[in-house]
Formats: sequence, structure tokens, C-alpha cells
Amino acid sequence: MAHHESLLHREFAPPSRLTASVGLFSDRDPRVRLAVALAACVAAVALQSLTALLVALVLAIAALVAARPDWRTVGRRLLALEGFMAMIIVMLPFTVPPAGDVILFRLGPLTASEEGLHQAVTILLKTNIVVLLLTAMIGGLEATAFGRALATLGLPGRMVTLLLLTVRYLDVLQRDYAQLRRAMRVRGFRARVDRHSLRSIGYLVGMLLVRSFDRSERILNAMRCRGFDGTFRHDALTPPDRGDAMLGALTGLAIGACVWVELAVA
Amino acid sequence: MHIADGVIAAPVIAGATIVSVVGLGLGLRALTPERIPVVAVLSATFFVASLIHITLGPSSVHLIFNGLVGVLLGWAAFPAMFVGLLLQSVLFGFGGVTVLGVNLFNIALPGLMCGLAARPVIARFGPSGAAAAGAVAGAAAVGLTAMLVALSLGLSGREFIPAAKLTVLAHLPVMAIEGAVTAAAVLLIKRVRPDMLASSRPVRATAPVS
Repeated sequence: MAHHESLLHREFAPPSRLTASVGLFSDRDPRVRLAVALAACVAAVALQSLTALLVALVLAIAALVAARPDWRTVGRRLLALEGFMAMIIVMLPFTVPPAGDVILFRLGPLTASEEGLHQAVTILLKTNIVVLLLTAMIGGLEATAFGRALATLGLPGRMVTLLLLTVRYLDVLQRDYAQLRRAMRVRGFRARVDRHSLRSIGYLVGMLLVRSFDRSERILNAMRCRGFDGTFRHDALTPPDRGDAMLGALTGLAIGACVWVELAVA
Repeated sequence: MHIADGVIAAPVIAGATIVSVVGLGLGLRALTPERIPVVAVLSATFFVASLIHITLGPSSVHLIFNGLVGVLLGWAAFPAMFVGLLLQSVLFGFGGVTVLGVNLFNIALPGLMCGLAARPVIARFGPSGAAAAGAVAGAAAVGLTAMLVALSLGLSGREFIPAAKLTVLAHLPVMAIEGAVTAAAVLLIKRVRPDMLASSRPVRATAPVS
């Protein structure tokens, strides 16, 4: 329980904790980081051959090493991902019918096919590559920089404002939640699956929502008297520099290499 | 509940993403400047609330609250859940970038539908009637989401059909839990702050900006 509850605090630690400020990506333009990360993720998911995916995995690991991340965060993320994917990965070898009569192995009444194993490995590689790339390229990106990068990539201003305000209040509400939860705990509440527990958790969520609703009125009034009209104003971003161009070129080369391997194998 | 990258077939991604973008466009119209703070704070609340894990037998489930989001936010549920999924997938690095549209479709659409259906009932009846409508909305939204997840898997290949069936089965207990919790939350709000659920229009903090 405590593990999940402290998730937000850990993920919202200062950016310096997630990726060191000396990494390859930390000084680059947020727009360029977001663009190359998206391009690389889409390319990785589009690859089909195992060889090309393995090349992509090596490149993703190289990017991660260059980003100098906090390895404990990386490990935690990958573990969560593996647990999340376990069901589908374990099931696939048994649910994909073999192309010929070749059966890989038997497990009781179940038969595993090579095609199924192949597909399971493909999916596992893709999901891991995406998480590695995201952690390397935009892990540790500050929320404000992320929002502005999204705006330049075409996300409407009001949506960006919604994102920034949501991020800003996540931490506040996390504390609000922890406070109510502590109050329940000192009264001896333990979460079980029975009517009383579920009702108590429902009241907890309802109370959080009521408090948030009241808070939002104060926020709106404060923002109104500062002339809020739906979007926040920022200084113009400086144009991408040579380093950003290099990062773009490097990512393009890496994607090109994977695609070349894919086509060469096919 | 949310799907990772590399599983769903391209045509399914394309279809769901198009519907999600339309939903976001319509949702954006509900997101007037004076409603941005209330939607932001409530979506942050739902994000925090979805970290509540309930131990169920050997494993634990977490609540989704898409029905409750739909009840409280109406069309703004689409942008609110988009922000939640975006934060989860990109900023926290949980993945699901290329299937963001699919996940939004699967979670926001049932929430919106159940919310729009339940809201007039919740506004009209007393606390116990409102709680009953909340229970139905909460359970149905999770059930529909599980079915849509199963559908996205099933449409991506025959080999995913067993996993799709298992997804629906695994969410039956979650439906019951979500229904009970949503009912209690609606009951409390109806008693403490009925104006949050009062009109047929979703919540808005005070008067509009003139």
C-alpha cells in the first residue's frame, strides 16, 4: 500500500534526480526532445523483424546510458512494465496456432507454438524499447517545458493549461489524500473488501472531490484577478541550436539504421 | 486496464485514435477558461484516487473512476482523462504512447456515456436514489471499458481472444468494487455539496468570466 501511495512523490522529485543534468538530452530543446522521442517510439513499434528490434533495443539502451538516468527509477519502471505485460506474454505461445505441425513444447493439455513465442518476444521487445526511449529522451523533462513543447507540436492552448494546472495540483492533492488517509488510520481503518471498507473509501474519494471543488473556486478567483483568459503567457522559446540539430540527425540515423536492417532481413 | 505499445494492430489504433480526437475536440468546447481550474483540480484528484489499491485475494486492484469522472465533468471528461493518460504514459514513462488514442477511447467514452446517462437521475432524486444511479454508472463504465479493451485486443488478432476473455472476467470483481465506491462518493457529495451534482450541466465553479 505504502508503495503505491508514495509513487507521486517519487515521480515528482526534482528533475535532477531522474536524469542527471550532465546527460546527453538534458540541455537540449524540449520540443526537439519530445519530437525525436515520439518519432523513435513510432518507428520502434512499426518494426517487425526480431533482428531490427534487437538493434533498436541496443540503440535504446545506448540512449539511456547517454542520458545518465537514476538507475533505480529505471529498474522500478521496467519491473512494473514486465509485471503488467506478464499475462499476455505468457498466454501468447499457447494461443497462436502453429503454422505447420511443429510444436515447441507441451504443458499439460496446452501446446506452445514457435509463432506464438516469436510474437510474444516481439511485443515484449517493443514495449520495453518504448519505455527505455521515453525514460532516456524525456525522463526528467519539467512539466512546464513538456507543456510548452506540446503546444508547439499543435496541442491547443487550453489543453496545455489544463495539463499544467493538473500537474501543479497533483502534489497538493496527494498531500490532501495522505492527510485524510492518516485520519482514517488513527481511527483503526484497514482496507478490506467488505461493505464498510468500500463505503469508507467512497466517502474518502467524495470528500477529496468536495475539497478539490472548493479549492478550485479559490484558484479561479485568484487567476481571474490576474487576468486569466484560458492560456498562460511565456517568453518566446529560443530557436533550436546546433546541438539540437545534431540530436535530430543522430535520431534520424538510428531510425534509418533500424529500418535498413528490417528491409535487409525481409 | 491500459494497453501498452506493440500489441494493438494499426487499423484498430487508427480507428480509435480518430474517435478520440473527435471526442477531445468536443470536450475542448466544454473546457471554457472559467472551467479549466475545476477540471484540472478534479482530474488531479482522480489521478491521486486511482492510486488507491484494494487487496483482493492474492492480488490487488486499483480503481479507475471513469464513471465518476463522467458524472462530475460531462464532456470535459475527455480532456481530463487525456491529461491523466498523457502524464502516466509520457511524463512518468509507463509507455502506451502509440496507443494513447486507444486507451483514451476505451476509458473516456464509457465514462462519458455513463456520466451523461446518470447525471439527470442523480440531480433529480434524493441521496439514496443518487447513490443507486452512481453505483450503476460506476460499475457500467468499468464493465464497458473492459469490453472495449477486449474488443481492441480481439480485433488485433485471433490469438488475443483468450486474453480478451480473461480481461473481461478479471474485471467482474472490479465492477462490483467500483460500483460500491462510486455510490458512496456520490452519496457523500449529494449530502455535503449537492450543487456539484445539481443542474443538468456539469460542475462549474461560480459565475463565468465576463
